[in-house]
Amino acid sequence: MGFLSDKAIARLRNAGTVPDLTATRYDLADFVARGGMGAIYRARDRVLGRIVAIKVLDATDPDGMLRERLRREARVLAQLEHPGVVPVHDAGVLPDGRVFYVMKFVEGSRLDQFIAAVNFLPERLRLFLRICDAVSFAHSHGILHRDLKPSNIMIGAFGEVLVMDWGLAKILRPDTSRAFGETLVSSAPPPPVSGDTTEQTTRTHGGMVMGTPGFMSPEQEQGSPPAVDQRSDVFSLGKLLEFVSGGRPTTPGATTIPKSLRAICNKATVGDRDERYASVADLAWDVSRYLDGQSVSAYRENFWERALRFYNRHQVAILLIAMYLLMRTVFIFYGRR
Amino acid sequence: MARSEPIADHGGNFPPTRWSVIEAVRSTDSTERTRALDVLFAAYWKPVYKYVRLKFSKPPDEAQDLTQGFFVELLERDLLSRFDPGKSRLRTYLRLCADSFVLNEIKHAGRQKRGGDAIHLALDFSAAEHELDAQTIDPASIASPEKFDEFFEKEWIRSLFSSAVEDLRRFCKSRGKPCAFSLFESYYLAESDVSYAQLAERHALASTDVTNQLAWARREFRGLAQQRLRALCSTEDEFVRESKSLFGGNF
Repeated sequence: MGFLSDKAIARLRNAGTVPDLTATRYDLADFVARGGMGAIYRARDRVLGRIVAIKVLDATDPDGMLRERLRREARVLAQLEHPGVVPVHDAGVLPDGRVFYVMKFVEGSRLDQFIAAVNFLPERLRLFLRICDAVSFAHSHGILHRDLKPSNIMIGAFGEVLVMDWGLAKILRPDTSRAFGETLVSSAPPPPVSGDTTEQTTRTHGGMVMGTPGFMSPEQEQGSPPAVDQRSDVFSLGKLLEFVSGGRPTTPGATTIPKSLRAICNKATVGDRDERYASVADLAWDVSRYLDGQSVSAYRENFWERALRFYNRHQVAILLIAMYLLMRTVFIFYGRR
Repeated sequence: MARSEPIADHGGNFPPTRWSVIEAVRSTDSTERTRALDVLFAAYWKPVYKYVRLKFSKPPDEAQDLTQGFFVELLERDLLSRFDPGKSRLRTYLRLCADSFVLNEIKHAGRQKRGGDAIHLALDFSAAEHELDAQTIDPASIASPEKFDEFFEKEWIRSLFSSAVEDLRRFCKSRGKPCAFSLFESYYLAESDVSYAQLAERHALASTDVTNQLAWARREFRGLAQQRLRALCSTEDEFVRESKSLFGGNF
């Protein structure tokens, strides 16, 4: 036996977790990335001949509940037709008991990598608004993402903003499935489509807290499924806003962010969810107002701040008027001499 | 007592049931005891040798003597019986024992050299020396004691995996699947990265066959490595912990 290099050892250590896809319709291509809850691989769907991304969760699923939930949610999510939503195609269990789900493979940059090249704050905020748009669309169909973070946002080759990894999504309304023509919930006995039962089961058997520390709301951290609603995603988006604005030490080009923008971040990430924005649309509205140089609901300005904002917003007009008045004064002054 | 056979790489030495070297070295059955020591030495002699070479900056001949001496002392003074799995991991215990042994030897420099009827283990030091050359490690770059811990752990993993790869090679041969091992070797052990598609072309196989054979080889490798690991752990809890740390994941 020859000498095992450090590189070979690293590969062999990873080999222990490489998914065995032999019983599936997918051929493994290569490892893409590792997240807090599992690893992502690139694979080829033999049936449809397309490249897909496969996320393998670290947790096992001894009673099949997690797989069932993922499959059910994949079916519902597949109906979400929005350019910013990358749905789950399929879900299953590996021979070693780990659960995987399959989604579209997106070529592009992750938000945390992409943002480094965007120095202009308004541009970053417009990007954020497009994330809000996709999440708000999902919320309007009763679906929560629950794991919004920079590494789950991709900027595609054509500049499209894509919200990835809906595998941990939670369906808030059982009727969502029916609304999409889903037949699962109509059969008796009805399986738990979402909510407490399923969530508790996932926690019990998988031992998982859904979400990522640093972006996860307090109610998610406490593992309190009934308390998780769209305001939990608002919390994560608030953290994401902080990240794209440069207000987090980990942000490329971190800086001090303007007070009113900071106030928006703070309001979105308040521990008490009743104090947060009631919806993603409200959060996006405040960010849009900030971008337009208008007052925001999260921040009460004093007179000087209001005046400065007014000046910044109408700078050209104010300067033109000032110049006109100055010229007029000069003209009157010299006219009288 | 003298050994004439190389002790490393005895891949097929595992009984089918759960079995730990810590218990087996205390056995009254000499066959079982010998087998346990073989497994223990196979996993640890190279890490100990490289550790002594680097940490104590010993030349090869002195490090060889110290490594031999350490394992002899381990047997003669029955140091393994003092190991408490509740307090530390076996490799930490062995590293500390090695530290203590080498320091003691340095203190009593010039003590009678081992020889004559002393136990002599047949260790392939030239291979270990070759590995050290291949690694081109500068001892000065390992600045803190923690770094030496990491170094010892890394070498222990290298040793464990080397044995498991050898087990896999033998297993593939016995199952008439040399191609699976060849694929495994090209994909995991070669220096350059290679894709499944390139492997399929190189071995004139369909990419599905490459996927299947590699998945099989990977599964067997993991099983064999875990079998060796299990033997080196005292309790099931320790095994689960070590397995997680070695392969990651939640299983």
